[in-house]
Amino acid sequence: MLDHDILIVGGGLTGLRAAVGLCDRFNVGLISKVYPTRSHSIAAQGGINAALTNNPDSRDDSWEKHTFDTIKGSDFLADQDAAEIMCKEAIGIVYEMEHWGCPFSRFPDGTIAQRPFGGAGYPRTCYSADITGHVLLNTLYERAVAKGVKIYPELFVAGLCIEEGQCHGVVALDMKTGELIPVSAGVTFFGTGGYGRVYQHSTNALINTGSGIGMAYQAGLPLKDMEFVQFHPTSLIGTNILMTEGCRGEGAYLLNNQGERFMQRYVPSAMELAPRDIVSRCIQTEMDEGRGFEHPLGRYIQLDLRHLGSKKIIERLPGIRNICIDFIGIDPVLEPIPIMPCQHYSMGGIDVDKRCASELPGFYAGGECACVSVHGANRLGGNSLLDTIVFGKLGAQAIGEDLEDGVPRPDEKAILRLKDKVEEKFRRLAAPGAEKPYRIHAELGAVMNEKVGIFRTREELEQALDKLIELKRRYGDVGVSSPVRYMNYELTAALELEAMLDVSHTIILGAILREESRGAHFRTDFKTRNDGDWLKHTIARMGDDGSPVLSFKDVTITRYQPTERKY
Amino acid sequence: MIKASAYTFKILRYDAMKPESSPCFSTYKIRVIPGLTVLSVLIRIRDEIDGTLSFRSSCRSAVCGSCAMVINGKLDLACRTQVAAFDTDTIILEPLPNFEVIRDLVVDMTPFWTMYEKVQPYLIRHSPVPEKELPQSEAERLRIDQYVNCILCACCYGACPVLARGPDSDYMGPAAAVKLERFVLDSRDERPAGALDVVNDEKGVWACDTMFHCIDACPKDVRPTDAIVGLRKAMVKNRFQKMLGKAKNEA
Ligand SMILES: Cc1cc2nc3c(=O)[nH]c(=O)nc-3n(C[C@H](O)[C@H](O)[C@H](O)COP(=O)(O)OP(=O)(O)OC[C@H]3O[C@@H](n4cnc5c(N)ncnc54)[C@H](O)[C@@H]3O)c2cc1C
Ligand code: FES
Repeated sequence: MLDHDILIVGGGLTGLRAAVGLCDRFNVGLISKVYPTRSHSIAAQGGINAALTNNPDSRDDSWEKHTFDTIKGSDFLADQDAAEIMCKEAIGIVYEMEHWGCPFSRFPDGTIAQRPFGGAGYPRTCYSADITGHVLLNTLYERAVAKGVKIYPELFVAGLCIEEGQCHGVVALDMKTGELIPVSAGVTFFGTGGYGRVYQHSTNALINTGSGIGMAYQAGLPLKDMEFVQFHPTSLIGTNILMTEGCRGEGAYLLNNQGERFMQRYVPSAMELAPRDIVSRCIQTEMDEGRGFEHPLGRYIQLDLRHLGSKKIIERLPGIRNICIDFIGIDPVLEPIPIMPCQHYSMGGIDVDKRCASELPGFYAGGECACVSVHGANRLGGNSLLDTIVFGKLGAQAIGEDLEDGVPRPDEKAILRLKDKVEEKFRRLAAPGAEKPYRIHAELGAVMNEKVGIFRTREELEQALDKLIELKRRYGDVGVSSPVRYMNYELTAALELEAMLDVSHTIILGAILREESRGAHFRTDFKTRNDGDWLKHTIARMGDDGSPVLSFKDVTITRYQPTERKY
Repeated sequence: MIKASAYTFKILRYDAMKPESSPCFSTYKIRVIPGLTVLSVLIRIRDEIDGTLSFRSSCRSAVCGSCAMVINGKLDLACRTQVAAFDTDTIILEPLPNFEVIRDLVVDMTPFWTMYEKVQPYLIRHSPVPEKELPQSEAERLRIDQYVNCILCACCYGACPVLARGPDSDYMGPAAAVKLERFVLDSRDERPAGALDVVNDEKGVWACDTMFHCIDACPKDVRPTDAIVGLRKAMVKNRFQKMLGKAKNEA
């Protein structure tokens, strides 16, 4: 049995930042199913928000203005105290990353460069060309190596151990040897990332299954605001690789098949830089009304960079250019990029407070797998990288405070009991079954895409629910090709699929219940926001029959009374 | 309508847990539409034909460094390689060279990361930090740019002729040199000259035969040989300075 004071699951920005904050004082172990630098955080492109006021156009920016933009962007569902903390911490966090060596792009005066992003009153998005996630994640991994954090790469967490109102640790599969390893820990912190892959079309890495969210939920923890799913306006058709909002930040146009900058008709004040939920709906509407382009890979809209000129494109968006050339054979210097909206980010997640604490002593979560909530119904671009590092840091601080009187003693017997359960699951999956995991995954992705997408109606959501219940039933017959446990990706995929089905269940049910439109959740049968009935968080717990049971929780409002969200 | 063409995929299979079995190719015939990447075909094979096939992947967009392998004799990332990029309808896939295979296309990366850790791959500073950012000019930032772009995929490590001489070579490999040079050239880094000592020997930068295979193999246009040459120059300069210093002291 492995034993740590504090176990961190997740080698993305959140997990690494938490580990770096705790390893001096505690015996910390960090588990990740991939080498940390393969985590999804690596793929973030556009930047991280902080009111540094480095940009000549942002001299009178402030963290308060950042807070307001965040809350307005969230369609007033964010907890305002938490959003305030995040935006205030942002400035110090960016400087700290810089001091640790993060190679940000620079302005001519040697300060960190900042670009405009959607929904922001000032250009406050700090960046490194279009590889901001890459430089941040490498810097934090380097810090973790410098501090000697004990890292276990390629350990796949298969179950979270909660008994008698306490968290005792996890059971993990060593992917190299196939051994099931019980891990006991006084405190467990999840930074396990989002669930994008429950959708067929997603910008997310293939490993973003949301299994951490699913496992926490299966272990009895509540999830929050799961119906709020962000659809990014601009993903490359076919592969759905992200074309960063930084493209539009640098001045790119969105064009329909009439060659029209159609955002003019919807949000003339913000044009292409309106918040994501709004731009995605505009693009979808253009395509639905016949003003898209047709392509064998799907209908699309053009993202046009050409007028920026080759110098700016090559300097500021080199990664975007390479992706276009490698993946669709188009050079954006010469041709517009064919894009479509698709799933991008999970606003909802494990219900935690602004200290990353869950309702259960000994269990904490942060980053995309968690919902504090700072993003409410719609996250602003550049606020998620911020969320991961800020709450990685604050979560670590909170854990440090909570352990001042000593580290709780986990119950090893409970972990061994969980190990037996996981064993049993593995045996069942390894028995020949009629269903292949990928089929169920593909059908899940398709139904989430078609019926739980940008525009939603009760009728379609109920169809999605029926389908989900069918898929859950069929999951009982899933079998994988080989009982071998090492480097058996079909086996781990089958295990994660169970979590994906549960996560999707909470998304669909939340979307059915919420009879209003707010942020990224748009109901064509209830087109307006309804603060009287729905200014509240949705909480989902797993009921006795395995289905979610929903309840609600108040939103924290401090300084900003909800008003109509206009841009 | 896009037309699918028939392709033959030959994939080298091996299972280190069954040492009695020797590596052999499995052949899969699959219809592929233009624009599909090698990685997406691998996923289809695992999903639909052979669930036991083992390979790594994560970002599917050439940024995470998971999926390096040998594709028709060329080292590259499976996710950024188009099936249609070759003048043949047969695609042969083999694991990264210079590593032990764990299973199929999955190799044991431990030696790669050990070398990475050895070079102190992080910014080292002693001076107090300012309240705001440490200023860095655009030119200074540009100096480290190519090295910053490394995604640690180990294509260079797999391509290196020195490492190919066998596990006894103990050579640090190109990627670790890139990481070290990235910090040595960073205007903010204050590592002492002695920090280069760990790679100042025949297992370090002096082992490189400057054959440039790593440069050809890098999917991110990083030039590891530049880093190695840069580190060698820095070492020579340090030695001169040391000798000069000594001479001065003796005088
Ligand atoms: C293409 C793209 C571009 C983006 N660009 C931006 C941007 O410019 N600005 C911005 O603010 N945000 C951006 N985002 C969002 C942002 O990148 C993510 O929200 C953020 O990186 C998530 O970080 P994380 O630490 O929460 O999780 P991740 O980085 O996803 O890490 C999750 C970790 O958990 C581990 N893990 C998960 N499950 C298990 C398990 N069962 N067992 C063991 N380990 C497990 C994984 O191995 C991984 O290490 C972007 C997102 C995408 C998809
Ligand atoms: S899957 Fe990330 S580099 Fe290929």
